[in-house]
Amino acid sequence: MQRRRFLAVLALVGFALATAAGPAAAQDTIKIGAYLPMTGAVAAYGQMEWDGIQIAHEMKPEVLGKKIELVLVDTKSDKIEAANAVSRLVEKEKVVGIIGEAISGNTMAGNPISEAAKIPSVSPTATNPLVTQGKKYAFRACFIDPFQGEVAARFAINELKAKTAAVIIDIAQDYCVGLANFFVKEFVKLGGKVVSTTYIQTGDQDFSAQLSAVQATNPDIIYAPNYYTEDALMAKQARDLGINVPILTGDGAQADPLIEIGGKAVEEMYFTGHFHKEAASTDLGKEYIKRFEEKKGKEADAFGALAADAYFLLVEAIEKAGSTDGTKIRDALVGLQNFPGVSGIITMQENGNPIKSMVINKVKDGKFVYVTTINP
Amino acid sequence: MTTTIFFQQLTNGISLGSLYALVAIGYTMVYGILRLINFAHGDLLMVAAYTAIYAVTMFTLPWYLSFPLAIALTGCIGILLDRVAYKPLRDAPRISLLISAIGASFLLENLALVIIGGVPKGFPRPDIFAKVIEILGVRIQVLTIYIPLMTLVFLMALLYIVYRTKVGKAMRAASKDIETTRLMGINVDRIIALTFLMGSSLAAAGGIMWAMKYPQVNPFMGVIPGLKAFIAAVLGGIGNIIGAVVGGFALGLGEILLVAFFPQLAQYRDAFAFVILILVLLFRPTGIMGEPITDKT
Repeated sequence: MQRRRFLAVLALVGFALATAAGPAAAQDTIKIGAYLPMTGAVAAYGQMEWDGIQIAHEMKPEVLGKKIELVLVDTKSDKIEAANAVSRLVEKEKVVGIIGEAISGNTMAGNPISEAAKIPSVSPTATNPLVTQGKKYAFRACFIDPFQGEVAARFAINELKAKTAAVIIDIAQDYCVGLANFFVKEFVKLGGKVVSTTYIQTGDQDFSAQLSAVQATNPDIIYAPNYYTEDALMAKQARDLGINVPILTGDGAQADPLIEIGGKAVEEMYFTGHFHKEAASTDLGKEYIKRFEEKKGKEADAFGALAADAYFLLVEAIEKAGSTDGTKIRDALVGLQNFPGVSGIITMQENGNPIKSMVINKVKDGKFVYVTTINP
Repeated sequence: MTTTIFFQQLTNGISLGSLYALVAIGYTMVYGILRLINFAHGDLLMVAAYTAIYAVTMFTLPWYLSFPLAIALTGCIGILLDRVAYKPLRDAPRISLLISAIGASFLLENLALVIIGGVPKGFPRPDIFAKVIEILGVRIQVLTIYIPLMTLVFLMALLYIVYRTKVGKAMRAASKDIETTRLMGINVDRIIALTFLMGSSLAAAGGIMWAMKYPQVNPFMGVIPGLKAFIAAVLGGIGNIIGAVVGGFALGLGEILLVAFFPQLAQYRDAFAFVILILVLLFRPTGIMGEPITDKT
């Protein structure tokens, strides 16, 4: 009796395995994997980017005459989970290309694995230069932080008329540390003075001690290139403490929860960003915005737009390569010139970083509004 | 550092410390009666904050109705938690209870994650709590005054209940020896349920205050406050209610003053708190105000 039951279970398991392996073996679809932070500290990015990828998929659901199948894995905003997610996409799902992650630290954890497997990956929004450095198969759809930090410093000095700045850095994030460095370098070069540098950590909620220290140094602006949750809480506490100087930040803060959490405190906060729907210039961009707003019932955001670009870049490269071979797709990606993406014209360089323009946005009346475009 | 900045930092420290204290009272109370470290205590903060948000935004209740409602509901969830996760293990080894508590904590967090999602929400802070007053250049949020006051009121109420009422006597008896207390004809399960009701309501009050001060509500918002309150409770002497308040203020002030005097060490704030925990456990496991280890076996 025992034995027969054991055999029955074995047969069932075998059957389940066989059927599970079935669709994967049949080559009637092309799989593209996405690993994104759908939960955790930066979940808003993952959810915006997944929205963008879905719309892009709807606009271009086929390549090389086959249907594209999307596979999503949640990284829980965590570096280790990100690395595991890429392993799963590469080994179990056998994807031909990867989109992700949303933030630099996690992408740097995932990239070595796709690199070893020779599967090209395109991160929508990882802006730290190290993300693609020394990697053949790592790409991104966004500009990189040296450019972003430089533009922020120029904007602070020329437009905000700042002579002194306080820098508040999230020490736990590669992105924040890197971007702050590039800002400081350019700001000092242009004659500005950094009067205080303080540190916070992802997940911190109380910044009153750091802010009181900043207040004592009387800066003209605060540069806080951190993610949205920390920046929103920080802005709120700064305003409560009576610090009313402009706050300038990077692309990582431009997410809706910033406004929901920060409320009035984040009014007039400035961002160096990737995209604003008012600045959309390409047909693909306009079509995307129309579809996005119809389907999702909200305004098209930068993270979704860049994720869509990551998808379009991958699909375009597969099309041009005429194959799903990783190395061929990689070579096609490198050769993409003046590709009219959602967020603007993209020219991919050999090093995996695109050349593209930047926008400056700010918060006004509880909305992200467009200020200006800056070309490289 | 100027005097104004110093006093500003002192205010910041008291404000943070009183929040730790508020959460720590409930933590320590449950421990005092049951000798159970209720790891789900921090997650009850989160439950209360979400309940308050939904009461205000979905049912458009005014804050003075929705906050008590959130506190009451969280209190009931506390009782439920006891019934489901702890009561069946009353006679089991203490380690099983501890593991059950960790499980309950994960369950609450992940339930919230599935039901509500991981994107943080703001908190509808009523205007009367948002005011800022300025005294001699030191800016004080009115919340910073209300929270310590509230902590003190709860502390008094709790001390009264535990030391001056019959129910309190039963609680103290149960903390000494559950079996004998039961033999004396006291309904121990009811006393324990009441303990959880009070402890969880305190967590809820702490959660609402926390969310008003740091308005980003997400399924994991209770983890760090829970840990910090635990440290505060241990620092003050776990099981001792006054000790929890003292420990909370000490920890809050310590964290803020560390950053104030050594801005370069700001990123080691949490490390500082945990180092304190380790030191206390090593050199004075009974904390500042704890009684010497008793005969409780």
